[in-house]
Amino acid sequence: MSILAKFAPLRDAYEKLKSVGYDPFSIKFDAILSPTEGVVNGRRTILLGTNNYLGLTYDPTCIRKSVEAVEAQGTGTTGSRIANGSYDGHKRLESELARYFGRRHCMVFSTGYQANLGILSTLAGREDHLIIDADSHASIYDGCRLGHAEVVRFRHNDPDDLYKRMRRLADKPGEKLIVVEGIYSMLGDSAPLAEIAAVKRETGAYLLVDEAHSLGVLGENGRGLAEAAGVEADVDFVVGTFSKSLGSVGGFCVADIDGFDMLRVACRPYMFTASLPPSVIASTIQALHQMESRPGLRTRLRNNAKRLHGGLGALGFQVGPEVSPIVSVALPDRETAIMFWNRLLNAGLYLNLALPPATPNNHSLLRSSVSAAHSTAQIDFALDLFAAIGREFGLIPGAGADALPQAATA
Amino acid sequence: MGGLSAVKMESVSDQIRAIVLKQLSALLPEPVPISDQTNIVRDLGLDSLAVMDFVMAIEDDLDISVPLDRIAEVETVGDLIRTLDELKAQG
Repeated sequence: MSILAKFAPLRDAYEKLKSVGYDPFSIKFDAILSPTEGVVNGRRTILLGTNNYLGLTYDPTCIRKSVEAVEAQGTGTTGSRIANGSYDGHKRLESELARYFGRRHCMVFSTGYQANLGILSTLAGREDHLIIDADSHASIYDGCRLGHAEVVRFRHNDPDDLYKRMRRLADKPGEKLIVVEGIYSMLGDSAPLAEIAAVKRETGAYLLVDEAHSLGVLGENGRGLAEAAGVEADVDFVVGTFSKSLGSVGGFCVADIDGFDMLRVACRPYMFTASLPPSVIASTIQALHQMESRPGLRTRLRNNAKRLHGGLGALGFQVGPEVSPIVSVALPDRETAIMFWNRLLNAGLYLNLALPPATPNNHSLLRSSVSAAHSTAQIDFALDLFAAIGREFGLIPGAGADALPQAATA
Repeated sequence: MGGLSAVKMESVSDQIRAIVLKQLSALLPEPVPISDQTNIVRDLGLDSLAVMDFVMAIEDDLDISVPLDRIAEVETVGDLIRTLDELKAQG
């Protein structure tokens, strides 16, 4: 018996998945050409599954700032901020984010995953309670497991179920922290935040919103769902990431609460890991400025999302409940989803294959994430491809055997 | 005195057992014999997500919330009934 024997069922499932064609968990891009194009197996491929919502990964000003920083300050910090000190850039990024969100405090983490891990496990201690949406991201579940608070789930996007659970906790000692997401990463739906904020007020809890997928996407100024829903004053903690709209890597938490900075010497996923390198900090600050000063990016993103979501729905595919940059098509079963995904990739379109148990309601999903950088021609190419393969598979109405469209270039 | 409360405990326990069996059978494609020793994941073929959803339905029936760490400890139907008993008794 090997120490890895316990993974036998997982290995079987993985082998079956790979036997259909490409391995969705180890796709290699031979080259990345732009925010929306790459090369896979020698073929020019449109990228429709990158979370690069504003397309800022190739913004020339962000690249320049990043290059200047690496030349001036080196490739890495080689240590943690607690043991080895902060650079000016870390402090500057924190104050810029605090200013942007209109809050007094900000802590920057080395990944978005670590932001949730650190904040949830540290804020809620023994005797406290975390009340999380059942469809929460893995980083939220893992943050709950790392800490010592009691964790209760409420039904996805259901403020009445949340209220019921808060009422059951009413007589128990300890603080209560409600955790929801701005946009849920699998189906692209948003939390009913005004109603959730009302429950929070009535029950005297704290509220944390993870705006990982909604930063730069929702709200007039791009501050996320809390801004869009008009309840920023009710949100005590905002967590987010730099690896989506801001085009780099890292995470953060902003708050107004007195004494927030104590977390810096209590939060293990902040203390015991290397801090972000100067090049990443520099491009992230510049991307934040771009996001603020170019609201047109959000308009283009919104239009692209509408075009893809509306187009797939009109073809007869089952798409998510609301227009968002995450556009997921639910297919009838795992095998069909895997075959469909392979056909798309062979024809020059990359997106994400999302299978149970990573998906809600056991859905097998083809998950797209739209970017402001996509051209209309690229979105239409994706739609034509979905139409042709969908008809061939008998998934949508219409005649089969359409010729597959040729890849559009940006 | 002790006898009376034991009777009351028994009836709450029976009620919980009935709810667990009802929700489990609603989930299974065909009837399967279920005892306290039945392993929920291994014997009934339910994955962790299905267990979570089935626990949510029981939470509604009993008007309690089962914390995640308590769900994680459950392996058999008997474990589940004992956990629910304790949580219900705590109110």
